[in-house]
Amino acid sequence: MTAVLSIKELTVSFDGYKAIDRIWFDVFAGQSFGLVGESGSGKSTVLRAICGLAPITDGTISIDGAPVRVPRGKDFHRKVQMVFQDPYGSLHPRHSVDRILSEPLAIHGVRDAERRVLRALDEVGLGNGFRFRYPHQLSGGQRQRVAIARALILEPKILLLDEPTSALDASVQAEVLNLLEEIRRAHKLTFVLVSHDLAVIAHMCDRLMIMRRGQSVELVEASALASGTVGSSYARSLMVASEGFRRGRKPSEVVSDRRHQPQS
Amino acid sequence: MSTLLEVENLRVRFPTRDGFFDAVRGISFTVGQERVGIVGESGSGKSQTGRAILGLTPPNAIVTADRLSFDGVNLRSADARTRRTLRGGRIAMVLQDPKFSLNPVMTIGRQIMETLRAHMKVSRSFARMRTLDMLQAVQIRDPERVFDLYPHEVSGGMGQRAMIAMMLIADPDLLIADEPTSALDVTVQLQVLGILDQLVVNRGMGIIFISHDLRLVSSFCDRVLVMYGGRIVEEIAANRLTKAKHPYTQGLLGCLPRMSGSPHPLAVLDRKQEWLD
Amino acid sequence: MSDTTWRQWLLTERPQSRSQARLGRTYQAWRRLADNRLALLGLTIIIGLLVVAGFADVLATQSPIVGDLREARLLPPSAEHWFGTDDQGRDIYSRVVHGSRLTLFVVILVAVIAAPVGLLIGTVAGYAGGWVDAVLMRITDIFLAFPRLILALAFVAALGPGIENAVIAIAITSWPPYARIARAETLTVRHSDYINAIRLMGASPTRIVARHIMPMCVSSVIVRVTLDMAGIILTAAGLGFLGLGAQPPLPEWGAMIASGRRFVLDQWWVAAAPGMAIFLVSLGFNLLGDGLRDALDPKAGGR
Repeated sequence: MTAVLSIKELTVSFDGYKAIDRIWFDVFAGQSFGLVGESGSGKSTVLRAICGLAPITDGTISIDGAPVRVPRGKDFHRKVQMVFQDPYGSLHPRHSVDRILSEPLAIHGVRDAERRVLRALDEVGLGNGFRFRYPHQLSGGQRQRVAIARALILEPKILLLDEPTSALDASVQAEVLNLLEEIRRAHKLTFVLVSHDLAVIAHMCDRLMIMRRGQSVELVEASALASGTVGSSYARSLMVASEGFRRGRKPSEVVSDRRHQPQS
Repeated sequence: MSTLLEVENLRVRFPTRDGFFDAVRGISFTVGQERVGIVGESGSGKSQTGRAILGLTPPNAIVTADRLSFDGVNLRSADARTRRTLRGGRIAMVLQDPKFSLNPVMTIGRQIMETLRAHMKVSRSFARMRTLDMLQAVQIRDPERVFDLYPHEVSGGMGQRAMIAMMLIADPDLLIADEPTSALDVTVQLQVLGILDQLVVNRGMGIIFISHDLRLVSSFCDRVLVMYGGRIVEEIAANRLTKAKHPYTQGLLGCLPRMSGSPHPLAVLDRKQEWLD
Repeated sequence: MSDTTWRQWLLTERPQSRSQARLGRTYQAWRRLADNRLALLGLTIIIGLLVVAGFADVLATQSPIVGDLREARLLPPSAEHWFGTDDQGRDIYSRVVHGSRLTLFVVILVAVIAAPVGLLIGTVAGYAGGWVDAVLMRITDIFLAFPRLILALAFVAALGPGIENAVIAIAITSWPPYARIARAETLTVRHSDYINAIRLMGASPTRIVARHIMPMCVSSVIVRVTLDMAGIILTAAGLGFLGLGAQPPLPEWGAMIASGRRFVLDQWWVAAAPGMAIFLVSLGFNLLGDGLRDALDPKAGGR
């Protein structure tokens, strides 16, 4: 099996601060790969570095075996697309759904835009009635569906998902996760999913990497989460934490190795 | 167990261009020295409930209730001064994001001292001592240092702990916590909850814990009120949650993915019109 | 269609076509504007100005240029001369009516020249950043460093007096604030996810600026232009007053006040009528601008 996306010794630093420090992973065709970590772990920065929104300080990112060019070309954007975390911030407030979906087609000079817009809307379960609405007329879940439709409309091979459901209610999250699985199957897509929620990653991914402070803590199969056979103590403490609160446990026992430090 | 807060038929409505929008539609509950969770999705009215109890509803909203009393004091008819002394003194509120609730141009220590001195006539040195004690109580390791820091100089978890310290310094009987941990990482989240838990046990406080996270609420609280469309659709003991009767509660529980494995596709919530009636 | 069905069609949450969606959006902005009584008053004044300018030939009772020097010098307001006459024996009412055309000419030309220039410079500077931003903004700063009237004076002095040159001078001096506003707005949106998203589509910087960033800045620039209209009219009047704007015998309001200055104590109406006109129109633009600020706020897109 060849890696569709291959990341080697990726380092991203901002003014000397290493947001990502020598990250290394491969994602295979049709696979779904998860990146988990708490805030400041650099998980979103990995995605941003892949698609060119964050600078690569060191290391390589290859798509289909070929290193990506800087700046990214149009063919890169036809292969790799991204869905952002905040559905309220990722849609242009003055553009209608129709315009949002037609824009990528216009950029790439795709013909019969009309049909593709309608098909994309259908695919994400919105239908024709939503075509001329503006983002403020949509709920959070519907906005995220539009964002997914926009990412799909160029028929990419790799979809980068940055916390796609963390701004949504639990019931809407389930709907969006189901939709993502469905389109992954239908389009044979490769996913890279970033989340702080271990359960979401466990549900969606085949393999995952646990990150902390810009570094990889552990690279495991998703089944290891289900069976609780993760190796590192940090991964275990994350697993315990996501199961919810347990009474009577002293707060200091919850995570013992965390230092309180002022934010830089 | 004495009843601290009684709410009967509470309604909150907002005037809009096309008539009224009912955020809270006639809910009743009581809170004693216990942990009560209010769970619901966005737009369920859970936050407006918490705000209405404290009288923090936006001025254009209309709040009505057959009964809204705290420890025998009628909050509806109380004058502004009584409400002010109650607020912060006997009822305190912790909000979601400490960044917005702490004054950015005042050190953390001074803010906590001000809160104490607003409710009790105490000397500066005593207030300072109490503040340091309180910071210690919320598990801040180096209270002297944090005392002189500004809110932007501390992490989210630390800020939320400082906020809790500020809210608890006047020794309230009831704490209303609106999504107190949602902006925090899971591990920090549990630390903050652990602190709250100990404070409840040691001081005999009542807590209203408002959150969208059913799993978290049920693991922390004694009793859970599930809100949907401005109403309480189900009230249930937290440890009996898996035996919930209302389809909405069942649906909320069922649609969460689990680490131990969940069905593909996930169960989705089928909202029914009659839940609103 | 009756009134209510029209409204439903405009306010529907599910528009069926592009034009319906756009009309609905415009209608909502209009409703927000119409809620504001003062803004409506401002709009009425501006529409009044347009009507007066459009029908100046019909509305004016006498020639604005040729007066009756022998019989009708400096007459007080009467049934025949509503606002009186000036020292050349011209009917002031007719002059004020015709002057509205000049005012409108100045205002529209300045807006058409200055606003796009400011918008373009501001958005490009904000989006490009780096040295482009530094160069463009330092140029802007240079223009901002001079008081507007003084700078306009200098330009008119160099270009020669006349209404067209006054327009050019005012336009040259009034774009910097728009560039500043557009740049500030650009900086707030340039790192937003919707701009990132379109960047990930492979859009060129030109396309991003023109189609995605400019629409976000247009409304604040429009508001600012409307609020500036009063200032533009006053600058034009100021230039006219100093004899550097419209040249006699053109009925420009500022020049009219200047010529009335000599008689202001004895024949007050000569300066008062054009003064009132300037005051009213400036007020109208200011009120409308305030209303537009609320109506066009993109964040108020919802309810």
